[in-house]
Amino acid sequence: MEKTWNNKAWFLVLPVLLLVGFSAVIPLMTVVNYSVQDTFGNNVFFWSGLTWFEQVLHSRRFHEALLRNLAFSFTILAIQIPLGIFIALNMPRKGIGVPICLVLMALPLLIPWNVVGTIWQVFGRVDIGLLGRTLAAMGINYNYATDPVAAWVTVIVMDVWHWTSLVVLLCYAGLVSIPDAYYQAAKIDGASRWSVFRYIQLPKMHRVLLIAVLLRFMDSFMIYTEPFVVTGGGPGSTTTFLSIDLVKMAIGQFDLGPAAAMSIIYFLIILLLSWVFYTVMTNYDSGR
Amino acid sequence: MAKIDLSHIKHSYLPYPSRDEDFALKEVDHSWEDGGAYALLGPSGCGKTTLLNIISGLLNPSHGSILFDGHDVTHLSTQERNIAQVFQFPVIYDTMTVYDNLAFPLRNRGVPEADVDRSVRTILEMIDLSDWAKRKARRLTADQKQKISLGRGLVRSDVNAILFDEPLTVIDPHMKWLLRSQLKQLHRQFGYTMVYVTHDQTEALTFADTVVVMYEGEIVQIGKPDELFERPSHTFVGYFIGSPGMNVMPIELDGANARIGSATVALPGGANVGAGKTIELGVRPEYVRIGREGLPVAIRKVEDIGRHKIVRAELEGVELAAIVGENEDIPADPRIRFEPKGINLYADSWRVELGA
Repeated sequence: MEKTWNNKAWFLVLPVLLLVGFSAVIPLMTVVNYSVQDTFGNNVFFWSGLTWFEQVLHSRRFHEALLRNLAFSFTILAIQIPLGIFIALNMPRKGIGVPICLVLMALPLLIPWNVVGTIWQVFGRVDIGLLGRTLAAMGINYNYATDPVAAWVTVIVMDVWHWTSLVVLLCYAGLVSIPDAYYQAAKIDGASRWSVFRYIQLPKMHRVLLIAVLLRFMDSFMIYTEPFVVTGGGPGSTTTFLSIDLVKMAIGQFDLGPAAAMSIIYFLIILLLSWVFYTVMTNYDSGR
Repeated sequence: MAKIDLSHIKHSYLPYPSRDEDFALKEVDHSWEDGGAYALLGPSGCGKTTLLNIISGLLNPSHGSILFDGHDVTHLSTQERNIAQVFQFPVIYDTMTVYDNLAFPLRNRGVPEADVDRSVRTILEMIDLSDWAKRKARRLTADQKQKISLGRGLVRSDVNAILFDEPLTVIDPHMKWLLRSQLKQLHRQFGYTMVYVTHDQTEALTFADTVVVMYEGEIVQIGKPDELFERPSHTFVGYFIGSPGMNVMPIELDGANARIGSATVALPGGANVGAGKTIELGVRPEYVRIGREGLPVAIRKVEDIGRHKIVRAELEGVELAAIVGENEDIPADPRIRFEPKGINLYADSWRVELGA
């Protein structure tokens, strides 16, 4: 068949292009614009090339925030994924327990980020918080405002409390899709509990687990609100993750050039890591 | 291999069954002889799978007990009963190779690797998947997967029985025939006790020495294929086996004569049935003769199905089917008669022996 060729058709994509332009390209270009210029005020800007990028990439502050953030992300993944699988495996498959468990699991996910932060901020306070007072009464020295270890533990426990449910729900969805015949066949074949998990449940969950890992990684790598509300990035800068650092730099110090350069680097890191995750996982998927 | 006794087994999926209808399996009391090849035949939902799962121990019966060679195994787990079972839809372990799938039941039981290898290779040969041994099982087609499931059921040689739950549903017709004959050959060679569940009469009749027909949670007849055909003990067996099924006509019994409306059929013998029962006459289409003698009928339809013709006729308002040879003529004024050896009498759907 002869293809109709009419260049006027390009006008049909125009609305979408405009929309994308205003919502994504122009804001992003503003950041790019700031990242390659410098100013001494009065709205006078001059070209500074890649200076800000070099400065950010060589700054210890950025390296530390990046390492902190990676450590945080991997810690919560290492806790939330196994814990989520464990809970999902032990959830009831039928009866009244199912809706009860599902609602309980969904609750933390429905709470807004800064509310979660506030809850834990108050909960952990040594003067009035239930957790803080209890631990103090037990003779445990816990103060997230002054002790970096306590601050880290609080932030991690908070994230586990908030987000493990997501992993649970995804795994549960994978588990309930396994037909009974698989379990029956495993019994006939004399498989142990571990074999059932290893050869039936895990393979059936692995697709949803990929999604869980990817979502939890991206989300935790961009975490801002909860630690900001609880610790404000402190004590010192021990819980200052990348996004907290970025806001400090852009709004606290008004260093727009370095902040813009850091935004772009931050964005590229997330893009790169997500791409690596995705590729590794899909290759693993098709390679078998 | 073992003799399996089912002693007064009943099962209900409800927690507190009270009425008869609450039971998926009404009282079953039956022995499966050591080394027998049985088919469990019946329509969907008649309790075949329930019965099978009770034998394998996947299900605990509400009442009754199961004995293997005289030992009570009712409360033993599936593993302890040492049973192999193949399910309707393929169950394979995705992440394993075809070889490992077949080796799985053996390795779980700690069989030495040399023996595992020997058994697995034999089975691979049998299901014709030797070339696929090292491949991951998950990319196979549905019938290859089902062959693996079948293979896993056959790989252990020391099992008490092998149970098949409509295993060939997803397999294409040619392969079906091939696998069925292989199963039969295996049975002859090793003498496994095999129970084969199906709703396909051809499959049941070709596979088994003894066919067990189930209907609404009950065993209605146990017999050799020809018994099921000649003397169906329940009208359901008459309907279900044969194509078309048996003609069943409501009658009134008058000594050794049956009255269908105003027509009278002489029976080969009289029978003593209690009062108040529904009495029916059952005659297979193969034993209905159309000619110039007998009772006048109206012909409704003639279906030519190749080797023979099926004539749909009406006698005193009752629909009848008759099988007529391809070259036989149907007279203009057709009459029918029933061959005496094909006449069965039923009281409340159960067969009554006719006295001479």
